[in-house]
Amino acid sequence: MKKKNFIKGIKDGFPICIGYFSVAFAFGIFAVANGLSSLEALFISMTNVTSAGQLAAVPIIAGGGSFIELGMTQVIINLRYALMSISLSQKFDSGITLKDRLLIAFVNTDEVFAVATSQRGLLSKYYMFGLILTPFLGWSTGTIIGAVAGDILPSIITDSLSLAIYGMFIAIVVPEIKANKSTFACVMIAIALSCSFYFIPILKSVPSGFAIIICALVSAGIMAIVSPIDTKEAEENV
Amino acid sequence: MFDAKFFIYLAVMAGVTYLIRMIPLVLFKKKITNKFFLSLLHYIPYAVLSAMTVPAAFFATDHILSAVIGVLFALILAYKNKSLIIVAAGATVGVLLTELIYLMV
Repeated sequence: MKKKNFIKGIKDGFPICIGYFSVAFAFGIFAVANGLSSLEALFISMTNVTSAGQLAAVPIIAGGGSFIELGMTQVIINLRYALMSISLSQKFDSGITLKDRLLIAFVNTDEVFAVATSQRGLLSKYYMFGLILTPFLGWSTGTIIGAVAGDILPSIITDSLSLAIYGMFIAIVVPEIKANKSTFACVMIAIALSCSFYFIPILKSVPSGFAIIICALVSAGIMAIVSPIDTKEAEENV
Repeated sequence: MFDAKFFIYLAVMAGVTYLIRMIPLVLFKKKITNKFFLSLLHYIPYAVLSAMTVPAAFFATDHILSAVIGVLFALILAYKNKSLIIVAAGATVGVLLTELIYLMV
C-alpha cells in the first residue's frame, strides 16, 4: 500500500515535473541574464520552489534592493500558499506527522496543491512524497541547465525561452478572467497600475518589488470590497 | 563567487516563502471564514501574475515585436484553455518565428 501510494504520487507528479523543467529552464536564463551566477540561480530554485516569487526576486537581488523589499514581496506574492496549505492540511490522513508536514510544506506549489486536492478521499504521506519528488527535481535541474545553457545558446533561443514563464502566467490568468468578470476587472486594474509604475517618470523610481505589492493589494483590495467572492464556493474550491 | 549578501537574500526569501507554506499546514485546523480576506486571497494571485506580465513580458526579448507575437500566441492558446505547457510553448514559438523572420529579412 505504501509503495502503491508512492508510485501513484510519482505518476501524478510527473506532468508537473515536465512543466516545471521548462519553466525553470527559462528562470535559469532569466537569472543569469540579470547578472546572477548559475549556482545562485540553482540555490534560489532549490530553496524556494516558487515561480512568481523567484521571478520577482531576481531584479531585487541583482539591483541590490533592501531585505525588507525582498521579504515583503515574497509575503504578498506567496500569500496564496497560506490558504492552499490550510486547505491541504484538511486532506491529510492521520498517518501524516508533524515531521511529514514540515517536509510537504516545502514543495506545496500551485500545481502540487491542485493535483493533491483534486484526489478523492484523504491523502497518505507516501502519496504526497511521491507527488512532490519529481516536480522538485524538475524545478532544480531545469534551473541549472537553463542557467548554464543560457550563456551558450544564441540569443534567438534564449529570447524565445524567456517568454515561457510569462506564457505560464498567461495560461493561469486567462481561463479565470474568461469565466469571472470580477477577476477580469481586478486584472485590468493591476495591469493599469503596473504600466503606470513602468512608464510614469516619478513612479519609475519605486523598486520593482514594492510596485508589485502595491499593484496586487490595491487591485485585489478594490475588488474584494466591490465584488466579494461567494465564500461557500471559495471554501469548496480552495 | 558568492558574497555574504547573496546568502542573506537567499535566507530572507526562502525563509519567508517556507514559513508562509509551513505555518498554516502545521497549525491551522479551522477554515478561514472572513469574506474580505477570502476574496483578497482569491484575487491576489491573478493580480500578481498580470502585474508581473504586463508590461514586463513585452520587454523580455531583443525586439518588442517578437515579444508581442509571443504574448499573442499565449493569449490565443490560453483562451482556448490549452494546458500550461502548450501555452508556454506557444509563447516560445511565437518569439522564435518572429525573430527568425527578422533574421531573414
